[in-house]
Amino acid sequence: MSDTPQPSITTRSLNLWYAKFQALIDVSADIKHGLITSLIGPSGCGKTTLLRCFNRVNERYGYVTTTGEIKLLGKNIYDPDVSLVELRKTVGMVFQRPNPLPISVYENVVFGLRIHHERSQLTRAMLDEAVEKALTEVGLWDDLKDRLNARATSLQLEQQQKLCIARLLPLKPEIILMDEPCSALDVEGTRGIEELMFALKGRYTLVVVTHNMSQARRASDECIFMLLGRIIEHSRTEDLFLTPKHPKTAEYIEGRYG
Amino acid sequence: MSDGTNQRFTETPLVRRKQREERFAQWLFFAMSAAMIVPLLLIVGYLVQRAWPSLSLGFIIDVPVRGMKEGGIWPAFIGTIYLVVLSLAVSAPIGILAAVYLNEYARDNWFNRLINLAVINLAGVPSIVHALFGLGAFVYAARFGYSILSASLTLAIMTLPVIIASTREALASVPRSFREACWNVGATRWQTIKAVVLPNSISGILTGVILQVSRAAGETAPIMFTGAVFFKAVQKGDLFPYNFNEQCMALSMHLYTLSTQVPGVKESIPFATAVVLLGLVLAVNAAAITLRVWLRNRKKW
Ligand SMILES: Nc1ncnc2c1ncn2[C@@H]1O[C@H](COP(=O)(O)OP(=O)(O)OP(=O)(O)O)[C@@H](O)[C@H]1O
Ligand SMILES: [Mg+2]
Repeated sequence: MSDTPQPSITTRSLNLWYAKFQALIDVSADIKHGLITSLIGPSGCGKTTLLRCFNRVNERYGYVTTTGEIKLLGKNIYDPDVSLVELRKTVGMVFQRPNPLPISVYENVVFGLRIHHERSQLTRAMLDEAVEKALTEVGLWDDLKDRLNARATSLQLEQQQKLCIARLLPLKPEIILMDEPCSALDVEGTRGIEELMFALKGRYTLVVVTHNMSQARRASDECIFMLLGRIIEHSRTEDLFLTPKHPKTAEYIEGRYG
Repeated sequence: MSDGTNQRFTETPLVRRKQREERFAQWLFFAMSAAMIVPLLLIVGYLVQRAWPSLSLGFIIDVPVRGMKEGGIWPAFIGTIYLVVLSLAVSAPIGILAAVYLNEYARDNWFNRLINLAVINLAGVPSIVHALFGLGAFVYAARFGYSILSASLTLAIMTLPVIIASTREALASVPRSFREACWNVGATRWQTIKAVVLPNSISGILTGVILQVSRAAGETAPIMFTGAVFFKAVQKGDLFPYNFNEQCMALSMHLYTLSTQVPGVKESIPFATAVVLLGLVLAVNAAAITLRVWLRNRKKW
């Protein structure tokens, strides 16, 4: 461990196999607390796989083997006393296609609370407050405060994606993982989500996979470039884009392949 | 980050309680699945044990002798095969094609909804009702008499709605996007069905059809009313003993006869007959599963 402020996510020689195919090779990274870190790289280089390691979703497939170490907030998440339930409560995930549950906006936001608390612990007032707080934080409150009982799946895509982010917030996550959160959205929607990312930064550690170079450039503090399962370069975004150290990085960000 | 970092993500009492619920739920679901298997194993085990003295290949290909008190079951065995093959030869093509029409072509109007409703309700009609219908329609009205033909057609009518329903389900499970991809290159509906829909649903369709084999082989009432007889003299091991306009013996009917109508049957013979009937059905199902696994492995999604 280095002597700089403790990073949110640390991986050490992380290897991951899908059956015989090695999708992550010796990945070691320190993702800093409270920053937006973008993961870039050509299709199939393992960005999604890496992201999904951080909340241990990959294990759902029986044929996945992982070696190495992943520490979140200083705790090795493969320790035997780690509870997946608590881990996933702390590490939220946003998917490529907005996936609100087919229930009302209100119920979507309080869904996590209901899962993680006894029924008797939750009062109507608490839930109302949580909904207002979460929706305000993602900038949906003014639009939706009169439509809290509308079906979440009937919203516009951008609103749905914001709602999916809002759904994470009542659980007070520390880390939010986003897998190409804007690829289903138009320019306006993308801008909306990026602004939201800036607003969330600081309180939350954000890791964002993106195929959009200009998005990585304008919306992230640090940038990780991956290629064929390895991390090639990890530095501050400006440095990576202005003075890439590795020739492959330069080629990729100039759009010569990928 | 105020709390001690190494206590992160550890179980809280609530988590532990939820975990207990989870284990209970899992256990309950498992127990229910086991509850399904246990009786099956008990039944099969009991049957095989009682049938053991009579079980042999000879039992299948021998004909009954001494007033069915001894001997084998060949006429009933081959009769059942006749009935099942003929009835499915009628109901499978009609059922599958009708299901393709209903799922791929039919618009959502009152007429098609009526057809759907009819299919669902027909699937629930008791077999004795099919038997009466077969008697009226095929034996008398169509003048096929008491015959393999009448019995098979009755069985076909009985299995048809279920085949339609299961085929539709298989077709509906093919993602819509596959069809859209096809339409977008200008394929007609029939080309789409041929190229994409059927290849990707064939395993489900076959499963539905094969499940009806066991039903057709097992039902007694419909064939008893329309074309099965107590006894028919047949050569040992003769593969083509019956004409379609004749009556035949069948395993289910034979079992009924042996256990209730003939006094003094050797004790193990009814059980052995039951085992053969069960074995036939299981063999067909096993073949279907093998075929399905093979087809599924070819499936690319
Ligand atoms: N469930 C899986 N089973 C087997 N192999 C997989 C699985 N998921 C991903 N892979 C393989 O692992 C490699 C990395 O996949 P991953 O989805 O992490 O890439 P990615 O960088 O997210 O790509 P993209 O930019 O297209 O989303 C790919 O070669 C892929 O084929
Ligand atoms: Mg991906």
